Amino acid sequence: MTEPDLKKIAGEELARQGEKSARIACCASTGCLSSGSGEVMEALLEALSSHGLADKVEVVPTGCMGLCSHGPLLGLEIGGEDGFRFLYQEVNPLLTRLIVAEHLLPSLEAGGDFPVPEFLSSHLLPLDIPFFTRQEKVVLANAGRINPERIEEYIAAGGYRALEKILREKTPDAVIEEVARSGLRGRGGGGYPTGVKWRNTADSRGGEKFIICNGDEGDPGAYMDRSILEGDPHAVIEGMLIAGYAVGAQSGWFYIRAEYPLAVERVEKALKQARGRGLLGKNILGTDFSFDCRVRLGAGAFVCGEETALLASVEGKRGTPRPRPPYPSQSGLWDSPSCVNNVETLANVPAIIRQGAGWYAGMGTETSKGTKVFALTGKARYSGLIEVPMGTTLREIVEEIGGGSSSGRPLKAIQTGGPSGGVIPVSLLDTPVCYEKFQELGSIMGSGGMIVMDGADSMAEIAAFYLEFTVDESCGKCAPCRIGGKQMLDLLKKIAAGEGNARDLSQVRRLSEAMRRGSLCGLGQTAPNPVDSTLRYFEGEYLNLLKTDDD
Amino acid sequence: MINLTINGIGVEVDEGTTILEAARAAKMNIPTLCRHPDLPPAAACGICVVRVRGRGNLVRACAAPAEEGMEVTTHDPEIVRVRRTVLELILSGHPNECLTCLRNESCELQSLAAEFGIKEESFPPLIAEHPLDDSTRSIVLDPRKCVKCGRCITVCQEQQNVWALSFLDRGIETRISPAGEIVLAESPCIRCGQCSAHCPVGAITEYDQGGEVWEALSDPAVYCVAQIAPSIRVSIGEAFGYEPGTNVSGQVYDALRRMGFDAVFDTNFGADVTIMEEATEFAERFRNSPESLPLITTCCPAWVDFMEKFHPEMIPHFSSCKSPQSILGVLAKTYYAEQRRLDPARIFMVSIMPCTAKKYEIHRHKTMFASGRQDVDVSITSRELIRMIRQSGLDFSGLDCLAAADSPLGEYSGAGAIFGATGGVMEAALRSAHYFVSGADLRDPVIPAVRGISGVKEGEIAIEGRPVRFAVAHGLANVEKVLDKITAAREKGDDPPYHFVEVMACPGGCIGGGGQAWEVDDAIRRLRVEGLLKDDAIREVRVSHRNPSIEKLYRDFLDRPLSDKARQLLHTSYRPRRKYRR
Amino acid sequence: MTEGGKTTSPKLSPAARAVKKWRRKRGALIMVLHEIQNQAGFVPRETAREIAEGMEVPLARVYEVLTFYNYFKLRPPGKAVISVCTGTACHLKGAPELVAELEKELEIGQGETTPDGLFHLQCVRCVGCCGLAPAISVNGKIYGKAAPSQVRQILAEWRAVFREEDVDD
Ligand SMILES: Cc1cc2nc3c(=O)[nH]c(=O)nc-3n(C[C@H](O)[C@H](O)[C@H](O)COP(=O)(O)O)c2cc1C
Ligand code: SF4
Ligand code: SF4
Ligand code: SF4
Ligand code: SF4
Ligand code: SF4
Ligand code: SF4
Ligand code: SF4
Ligand code: SF4
Ligand code: FES
Ligand code: FES
Ligand code: FES
Repeated sequence: MTEPDLKKIAGEELARQGEKSARIACCASTGCLSSGSGEVMEALLEALSSHGLADKVEVVPTGCMGLCSHGPLLGLEIGGEDGFRFLYQEVNPLLTRLIVAEHLLPSLEAGGDFPVPEFLSSHLLPLDIPFFTRQEKVVLANAGRINPERIEEYIAAGGYRALEKILREKTPDAVIEEVARSGLRGRGGGGYPTGVKWRNTADSRGGEKFIICNGDEGDPGAYMDRSILEGDPHAVIEGMLIAGYAVGAQSGWFYIRAEYPLAVERVEKALKQARGRGLLGKNILGTDFSFDCRVRLGAGAFVCGEETALLASVEGKRGTPRPRPPYPSQSGLWDSPSCVNNVETLANVPAIIRQGAGWYAGMGTETSKGTKVFALTGKARYSGLIEVPMGTTLREIVEEIGGGSSSGRPLKAIQTGGPSGGVIPVSLLDTPVCYEKFQELGSIMGSGGMIVMDGADSMAEIAAFYLEFTVDESCGKCAPCRIGGKQMLDLLKKIAAGEGNARDLSQVRRLSEAMRRGSLCGLGQTAPNPVDSTLRYFEGEYLNLLKTDDD
Repeated sequence: MINLTINGIGVEVDEGTTILEAARAAKMNIPTLCRHPDLPPAAACGICVVRVRGRGNLVRACAAPAEEGMEVTTHDPEIVRVRRTVLELILSGHPNECLTCLRNESCELQSLAAEFGIKEESFPPLIAEHPLDDSTRSIVLDPRKCVKCGRCITVCQEQQNVWALSFLDRGIETRISPAGEIVLAESPCIRCGQCSAHCPVGAITEYDQGGEVWEALSDPAVYCVAQIAPSIRVSIGEAFGYEPGTNVSGQVYDALRRMGFDAVFDTNFGADVTIMEEATEFAERFRNSPESLPLITTCCPAWVDFMEKFHPEMIPHFSSCKSPQSILGVLAKTYYAEQRRLDPARIFMVSIMPCTAKKYEIHRHKTMFASGRQDVDVSITSRELIRMIRQSGLDFSGLDCLAAADSPLGEYSGAGAIFGATGGVMEAALRSAHYFVSGADLRDPVIPAVRGISGVKEGEIAIEGRPVRFAVAHGLANVEKVLDKITAAREKGDDPPYHFVEVMACPGGCIGGGGQAWEVDDAIRRLRVEGLLKDDAIREVRVSHRNPSIEKLYRDFLDRPLSDKARQLLHTSYRPRRKYRR
Repeated sequence: MTEGGKTTSPKLSPAARAVKKWRRKRGALIMVLHEIQNQAGFVPRETAREIAEGMEVPLARVYEVLTFYNYFKLRPPGKAVISVCTGTACHLKGAPELVAELEKELEIGQGETTPDGLFHLQCVRCVGCCGLAPAISVNGKIYGKAAPSQVRQILAEWRAVFREEDVDD
């Protein structure tokens, strides 16, 4: 394989793009596909060719643009400028044809400036709303902009330069040093410093080492990792390559939920293209670094997101966690040192290498650096995928970016961290996004689910909902989680139905302690969080549900 | 060496020691349920949690390695509260059936409940109904009582490499089961009973046949005879307060007579016969057809079952000689019946074995009916005998420790005595094989290379200057290593790596059998082995071919080893059973 | 078909094909099960045996894995599998009402198949369209922002599909 010349590929791609007079980005991610973006794209291509624009206008199927609740979305870039000039929401084939005929065509003819016809403007999303302006995109910079199925577009956007840079200029140690200095912490939930994890893996002795990309994302109501894999798979692959070089691994494994077929397809495609360009395989970029990746699918078990369970699953076994030590960095996949990193964690790495640890560490709080992607859902007006600098307050996220309540009822709380997290009441909305702060409040950052709840949502019921999830997903290995979760759920349901008494509530508290302290893995240890945190902030709601002796 | 403190007391332990082991070494107990000293820690139950200073959460003492400078607390109010809640949770998932449970008074869960002084059911019962599986007639699986410790699975999959048991489903639905919706008898289970010997509770037990024995004993028309296996005499005493390894054969003979047996025999005699046949078989192959070596021992029925299911290609290497139990059974209903002028149809033979697979062996093949009827009528395990002794109201320690078995099927040599320990069959066989090949006895009957409890033992002796290489394996996963070597050599066309191979399914051999008293670890296995070796060391006759009763048996009845009569009564055959796969 | 030990037809069973593809790859049991599940909608016992044999893993391991992961089914599902998302976003926006309506219309509970074998009803976690909550997927086709009042129409749509297929047959 001859060495790929990244500059040349990028140049050719940019020239090709420059020849076009416009680009139309059409979201082709799961959300918009299911609200009809497939048909929209067909109508778009048809309309363009019938107007003789097929060669002049490029249609770019992209990853998630973030505002899925308003999809399908069409973004118009006219005349080589950077960024969308117009963003249409909730389009359908008819509307698409009208956009081409009544907006795009006259605009091109007028050399760019053309007022949007009245009847279309109600479908335009204002681009100056905080949902767009308050975000800071590092991980999602490419998603929604480039076609994730073309490696050229990733390279044209600066992709694989970080890899090239470290292979030519940096020792593995220096790479680890750079990542450590950036302050990057694991985005899979634990927040463990990535540099330290890499260092531990690098220091472990073992002939074979592995990088594992954790794309299990089982948290219901969160889809950050899916959107990254669907929207910018090469960024994750590049992150894995850099991690592989840093720790001395020869291969990597993607572990992706089977429920994400599109993500799997895009990753497989991206791997093939990277291999085809000599960016994976033997002697990458002419160096003696060799690395390749394989994909393994989950099969519907939330606990397989836990790293030791994940390793068992990759080995083709039941995904039950095991005690640590030994940590995966000492003895992981097939007993070899293995570094398990989350999708989003890895997707941050190329940007850190490209722009420097200092730049990255410049964003965020004392202990939490960089940006974080959240899946903002529930009762927010704008729900979707957002990326904000650490340290942004919850109020900014919910009230500004999310546009406040969608139901008209006042908001009550937000739930972060999914089934392992807890609720944060509106009174504490000024809390900044930060691993430690969330934990102090009895929740966790988790992987990035953020669910907005209003006055209509009952806290006992929400707690029972999450607990039901963990009970269903418990692997069943250890007694506190297996039996404790079920007993606690039965008690909660009893209480939520108005059948519980004070003793039941104190039993719930006792079970919470036993699960938290006695469970083997994070699933059981954190399963009581939604219960504890709702009890902490909304105890009154529970007490009102209890039967007293007078009843 | 690692230094840590446990409850403020300094403790020094080897690297790799767990917190649990460190605490126990320092005489501080931490309660456990899923932990078994034979097995790697599953860290499942959560009973053994302790506090380690600086760690955010409690840690499982059974799995956490002791580390330099660690400060461990084993008991404080929170730890005890957590343990107690976990225990109450386990109890809520467990039926309250102690009074009708075989593990009553020997149950690890019951002991924990007693230790914690559990006084009430704090949580409503959550017991999934699953049917009882007694299809093997060797072991009984009651999944409702299972506490999901995983011991049986580790034993069956990793120690035995059989893969009959597994966890199915997950979460609260998790259950112990053979693969899919089948019963154990349709699974590859080889009935070794190791699962039952490792289960902390009554979820897997032996198939109890004490009642059948009592029925026979109470029928005056029936002539009841018993035989006791080599290994049980050094294990049963434990249940009555004796040190592990104490030889209580006298008390057992006496107990059996008092229970009403008309004659009491010793399987050790059968072991001597086995050696006569097997060593002769070896001598013939060694002299006439060395290409048919190695010869592999077959007195372990679980191993026979294993081989028929998974390694039928080894059948030509199998000794056709029956096990001591079966030999004693057929001789009781032929030789002994003739001598005593008894109608063999009246004789009811009960064997007392360390073993659940022996329950299967007694009808595994038509050759087990060589006397014209089933040679051994019922086979019970040590655990069943212990219960029967208790049921008889006998004060075991007051029984006659010098009682002897009935002649002639009760007289044995030192070679017969050591059958119950791993390497014992090999040692006994080599003693006689040396004589059969060379006409002379070994200078020293002790062959150190076969002794000890490591999983695979290899060694070599010379007979008439020719080397005899042997291997001894116990625990069936270890056997695979030996078989692999044999197969590899055969494929390469090399000489066989061994000439003689002994296999026992259970760790330590029958002294660690699946029907033996519970809570055995290697320390106890060693003591039991020592007990047998002592029995050998004090015998005047230490080789089977010089046991006077054996000489008489051949003179009066069988003619010579491998005679037609011997072949008809004392030998069996094997068939591949390919339907069973792991 | 085998005759006298010789293979007369080059056609491999789906399991044999999957095994052939994954046999030499490490830890590939789950991938093989995925292929079978995707083709047949479930993993029959004979196939489990074939896989165990081909992949040289114990049958017990195959079953341990099959029953651990929700994705795999041991019994054939209905012709149309209706998955109601009960992830958090959908839960908050009315998934429980959707489930109730479906149960009422189909006269079956969760995890059950209608007696005519047409519909199987199940609850799943987040199908990844939280922005469109609540979501239902029928054989992979997603219905976003679904309301209980639409249920009848969706079922009718699928009944029509099956009627057409029957005519085609
Ligand atoms: C029950 C449970 C589920 C988890 N699920 C995920 C997951 O879906 N994705 C993920 O990246 N990490 C998950 N984790 C965290 C992983 O164990 C692990 O810490 C993480 O993948 C490490 O990567 P990071 O350091 O880049 O965050 C989960 C942990 C637990 C206890
Ligand atoms: S998850 Fe939401 S943001 Fe992402 S693709 Fe789906 S609907 Fe869109
Ligand atoms: S805490 Fe729950 S999920 Fe984790 S090992 Fe224990 S039973 Fe399994
Ligand atoms: S297993 Fe133990 S606790 Fe359970 S019923 Fe039997 S004796 Fe009682
Ligand atoms: S221990 Fe208690 S319950 Fe059991 S038999 Fe005795 S009195 Fe009855
Ligand atoms: S008797 Fe032996 S083979 Fe059978 S299930 Fe128990 S351990 Fe496994
Ligand atoms: S059957 Fe016994 S040994 Fe096996 S998992 Fe259950 S309790 Fe443990
Ligand atoms: S092999 Fe075991 S069971 Fe058989 S006679 Fe010897 S000691 Fe007894
Ligand atoms: S080793 Fe002994 S106790 Fe174990 S199965 Fe074999 S004969 Fe039975
Ligand atoms: S899927 Fe289209 S905007 Fe997210
Ligand atoms: S004894 Fe340690 S977890 Fe069970
Ligand atoms: S919660 Fe229903 S699609 Fe995510």
